[in-house]
Formats: sequence, structure tokens, C-alpha cells
Amino acid sequence: MKMTGAEVIVEVLIEQGVTDLFGYPGGATLHIHDALYNRRDRITHYLPADERGAAHAADGYARATGKVGVCLATSGPGATNLITGIATAFLDSVPMVAITANVGTDLIGKDSFQEVYISGIAGPVAKHTYAVRDIDRLSQTIRTAFEIANTGRKGPVLVDIPKDLTAAFCAFEPRQIRHQDPIDAPDPAQIRSIAGMINESKRPVLCFGGGVVSSGASKELKRFIEKTGIPACHTIMATGVIAFGDEMDLGMTGMHGSLAANTAIAQADLLIAAGTRLSDRVAQGRKTFAPKAQIIQFDIDPSEIGKSVDSGGSLIGDLRSILQALMPLVDRRDRSEWMEEIRRWKEKDYFPDDTGDKLMPHQIMEIIGELAGPESIITTDVGQHQIWAAQYCKTTRPRGFMTSGGLGTMGFGYGAAVGAQVAFPSAPVIHITGDGSLHMNMCEAATAVSYGLPVITIIMDNAVLGMVRQLQWAYHQERYMATEPYRKTDYETVGKGFGVQTYRADTAEAFREAFSGALKNTGPSWIVCPIDKKEKVLPMMPAGKGVEDIILTQEEGGL
Amino acid sequence: MMGKTIIALMVENNAGVLSRVAMLFGRRGFNIDSLTVSATENPDISRITITTTGDENVIKQIILQTKKLVEVLAVRVEDPLVAIQRELLLLKLRTCENDLTGISAICSIYEAQIVDLSENSLIIELTGKPGKIDAFLAVLRKYEIIEQCRTGVTTIERGEDAFTYQNTESHRS
Repeated sequence: MKMTGAEVIVEVLIEQGVTDLFGYPGGATLHIHDALYNRRDRITHYLPADERGAAHAADGYARATGKVGVCLATSGPGATNLITGIATAFLDSVPMVAITANVGTDLIGKDSFQEVYISGIAGPVAKHTYAVRDIDRLSQTIRTAFEIANTGRKGPVLVDIPKDLTAAFCAFEPRQIRHQDPIDAPDPAQIRSIAGMINESKRPVLCFGGGVVSSGASKELKRFIEKTGIPACHTIMATGVIAFGDEMDLGMTGMHGSLAANTAIAQADLLIAAGTRLSDRVAQGRKTFAPKAQIIQFDIDPSEIGKSVDSGGSLIGDLRSILQALMPLVDRRDRSEWMEEIRRWKEKDYFPDDTGDKLMPHQIMEIIGELAGPESIITTDVGQHQIWAAQYCKTTRPRGFMTSGGLGTMGFGYGAAVGAQVAFPSAPVIHITGDGSLHMNMCEAATAVSYGLPVITIIMDNAVLGMVRQLQWAYHQERYMATEPYRKTDYETVGKGFGVQTYRADTAEAFREAFSGALKNTGPSWIVCPIDKKEKVLPMMPAGKGVEDIILTQEEGGL
Repeated sequence: MMGKTIIALMVENNAGVLSRVAMLFGRRGFNIDSLTVSATENPDISRITITTTGDENVIKQIILQTKKLVEVLAVRVEDPLVAIQRELLLLKLRTCENDLTGISAICSIYEAQIVDLSENSLIIELTGKPGKIDAFLAVLRKYEIIEQCRTGVTTIERGEDAFTYQNTESHRS
């Protein structure tokens, strides 16, 4: 079968099961968009406000479904605008294929109009990149890109295709999708030895991360916790992944994790790190993190073993298979003393103030949890609102909480929400943001309006760049440089201008009413929630310090 | 221990593969003391030899991280007891008439060749282990060096075993 390169691209996408694509056209993509026109019955093309929105939407789509998200951009600035989105997906191991069209082969390397070497630019922030130069390799390259994106530790792959190749003809043979080779199960002797360490431990803690989501291991993990009775905490990437016994649930760990989780890790004799790379937000120092514990790591990526902590044992592979293999070998031991200590730390933990009239961040999350239902999907931007959303998240759905945990990308949330809503048109999709982040991505309201996507945006408006301001409070004697912008943005007017239904909620009751209303809308909504700028994200583990220095007070004045 | 470690990589012979490897070292803060790339008996495969400095954890990370690059087919640490190591030195020295005998004597001890001789300068070629080249240069320090270049180390292991790699499908495009 002879077809153009553009048609080959589209046919391979269909072959790979792609039904939705987030793209932005340009001169170099003309042939590809033309080929998409012919197949618009098979692939729905969503146009974001800018290419960054396309990349975040593909990412959100992938996080929500587990499928590979696909975005498409033109050469030059179209391609460079994808970079933040590709890097975001890379740091959170999200499967994505980004296709960029480049200038024609004869113009490459000549500083031509809208020409950049995107394959080189994306290299350090992608799992792999391709610059296609030979049309006969085009179909295989795109297939391989999907395979790389979606196997092992997942991640984004970029394929750059010069414009002339999209117009040239070549032979095309349809192919079946290749089934993934099962990942080898860890050696039984290793499994036994790790199970032995778990059984023998007196003060064990489990810490699980985003690997639980990518591996689809939430059921197995829940059973593991229930069978062993080992208290467990999670990283921000595993927010809302499972609900288990309150007694065993230590909440989130890390820089803004609970006192109980961080203290338990500091006192544990065994830390089981399951599907978490123990990033610097969790393990703040190689020597200071879990100093009394043997750390055993379950990871699909061998390079994570011993990267940030000294590893006391590891199992490499798919987390779900690892947990299945361990299950028959682990048992429940009496650790009542340890559980009693943990109970005492939990009592000492930080509890937000619930007595005032002002709307509090945790109240927002509680009301969302109460009204949005088990199908709901939450996306966040980055800042204080992100941590509040994670700390007080009350919903449980393994792919229901998405946040830029690794790269910390402000402006991620709206695009991701668009992608999630495209994937699940009838699920409530709630985009939690701050006034700072919203200024980075509010243009995606236009996308939500165009496609009738009922994304609910919660704007936690404290009128400051709260997270950085909090760091200035803690470390820079309240010298608030560049974090109090005094913007005069009238969100309700701006939202209306985009065609969004807007609400304002100054109290918990008003929020409940606004949110109930927004849930019934067929198009996007914004709920503006004024938050006191003095409100801090607590607890807070000061950088480079131990759990004994954890901050639990809202008082002004810094450290 | 922060000794020098030699790492050999078998990589797909694609445009850009060297920059990918170099970029990985750059972005993860690994050192490159020397680097060589060359063709192998298989035209689709190139061999990269990198000399690096780092403690045990760093070397482990270098191996595991480079293995993750799609075009890297195999990685190994070269065992100095088994691997033949060679590096080439070209050295241009300024000479006076009465230097020549001394330089020749040093060269003959190190089995270096004088490959060019001009009125006031000469060029020496020496092949050997990096340590031998270091020693040779130390001896010649009293002469004025006009130009010096070293190729970096390349290695191959003794015995009939080959550096095996899994030649999965090529990722060229």
C-alpha cells in the first residue's frame, strides 16, 4: 500500500489505538493535519490555546487512562512550547508520544524559519527522541516510540519529522500492536530474603509512590498492607490511590508530609519503598533519611536502587508482580508497641483550624470529597494549593489525582484537566489551582469552552505566590521579594469573558453551594475562593533538618 | 575510593548517539576524563570508551543510567587486570641543537617514535597505557611543549571472549 508520510503517521496512530490527539497546527504540520482531516472519524483532534496546553493535556489523558497520550506540534516555537510538558511527563514517568513536524529536509541546519533541533533540545527531558530522516523508517519509528513510551519505566518519546517526508510517498504495511513482553519476575530466593526482612522487622514502615499507579497495583498493595498490618505512608504521586485502615494510614510523607509519617520513617528499623524513587522532597538527605532503617526498594527501574538512599535490598520489576510474589511469604506480627508509638505521633500531628468564619483550604478539599463522588478526577497546579489538595484529598481513585510531582510545573493543571475530561467525559474533573498558577494557564479555559468540557477550576486566591512566599517567611526573614504581585485580575469577569460559568465563595457554606452548582454545569466553571495569604502549608520539614525541627505552627516570624 | 574507572559502551551507530551519552554525563554531573568513539567489526555498532572518576555509588549510577539510553546496547566496567588499555600521544617539542640526544634517549627507553623533525622542533608519537604516557610527559617536562594531544583510552579484553551485546532492533530513523 502506498501512502504519504502524513497518512502513515495517522494510520500508525490508529493502529496504536489512539482516539484523541492534542495538537496545534502550523506550516510544517499542514500535511499531517490534512491526513487527520480524512480520518477525523477515528481520531478526534483537540486544539489547545498553546502547545504547552497540548502536552499537559496529553499527559493528563495518559495519567487518567493509562494509555499513551499523544500531542502534535509544528516546528520551531510549536515544538519548544511542548518542552515543559514533555519534561513534566518525564519526571513523573508518564507515557506520551510527542510528534513534531520540522522544516523540509533541505532547510534543516540552515537556521530556517521556525527551525529548531527539537530532537536535541528534548533529549535530556525525554525517555527517547527521534529525528526521522528516512521515510521508509517512519512507520517503524512511530511504533517503536509507542513501545518505548509504554514499557518499563514509562515516559515521553518525541518523534520529529521533516515536512517533505510527510508529503512523500512510501509503502505502508499495517501491523498488529506488539504485545508487551512480561517483565521477568524477581528471583524466588531474593523474594524470600526480602519477605524474611519484612517479617523480622520490629518497626517497619511502608512508603508507596506513583509506581503503584503505573503498575496498577493498588489492590495488591491494599491487601499487602492489610495482611502484614504494616503502617504505610505515601508520596504525593500516590495521593488517593488506596484507602485502608485509619490506624495504619500515616498520610503523606516528605517535606509537607505528616508528623506521624516522617517520625515513623525516622524511627523505623525497616522502610519498604514501593514504587517510589524517594526523591529529595521525600528523602531530604542520604544520611538523615530513615537513619535507623534498612531501606528495601521495589522499583521497575534498576537505576533507582541506591540512587538517593543507601539500599539495604531490592526487588526489580513490576510492582504488582512483586507484591503478588511476596504475599504468600509475609505474615502479620505483633507490633503493638510500635503501633502505640505511631498512635501518639498521630495525636501530635498538625490539624488545621476549623473554628473561624474564613474559608480554609482543607474545607474546600473536604467538600469536594463529599460531593464529587468516587469517579471524580482531581488535577492540581503547583504551589500551596497543590499540597493542600494532596494533604486533604478525600477521594480514592487510582488515577484520580494528578499533579506535577517531579518537575513541579505551574500551569500543568488546566491542560491536564482538559486531557482527563476528554478521556472521561462524564466524570467530574476538578482543577485545583492558585492565583499564581492560573495566570500561567488560564488560556486553556478557551479550550474547555470550545469543546464543552465541564472542568471545574477551584482558584485558591491568596493574591500572593504563596509557596515561595512561605519559603521567604521561613528562610528570608519575611522579605517578600516578587511574591506579592498586587494583581488586579477580576477572575469572575475574566472567566465570563472566556465563556466560563463563575462563582465566588468566601465561606465553606458558599463553597458548598457553588461547587454543587458547578457539578451540574455542562461547560467549564471557575470558583474563586479567597484564602488568607498568611495561611501556611503545614507541617513543613525545613530543608536539611530532621523531623525534630518540623514546623507545626502558623505563627508569622520565620524560623 | 575516587579512582579512575574505564567504562566501555556498545552503542547503535546513529547520528546523535554520542551527544546523548555526553549529555547524560553532563546533566547527571558525571565526569568525563577521556572519551573515544570508534567503529567496530559491525558497521551498525560503535564502541565508546569513557574514563571517569567517581566513588562506587557514582560508577554504579553511571552504569545503570547509561544502560537506560535506548541506543546503548551494553555497558561494562573494564577490568584493568584483563583489559588491554592503549592511548596515543602526539607531542610537539621546541628543541635546540643539543637537546636531540637527550630526547632520543628518553624516547628509546619509552619506545616512542620521533615522527617529524624540523629545525627548531620535533614531533613524538607514543602509544601505551595512560600511566606510561603520564610518566613520559613528566620526564619531558624540562623541554618546552609547543602542542600536546592525547586520544583518550581505548580498551579490549584479553582472551577469545567478545564483548557481547543484545542487538535488538535498530532504533535508527
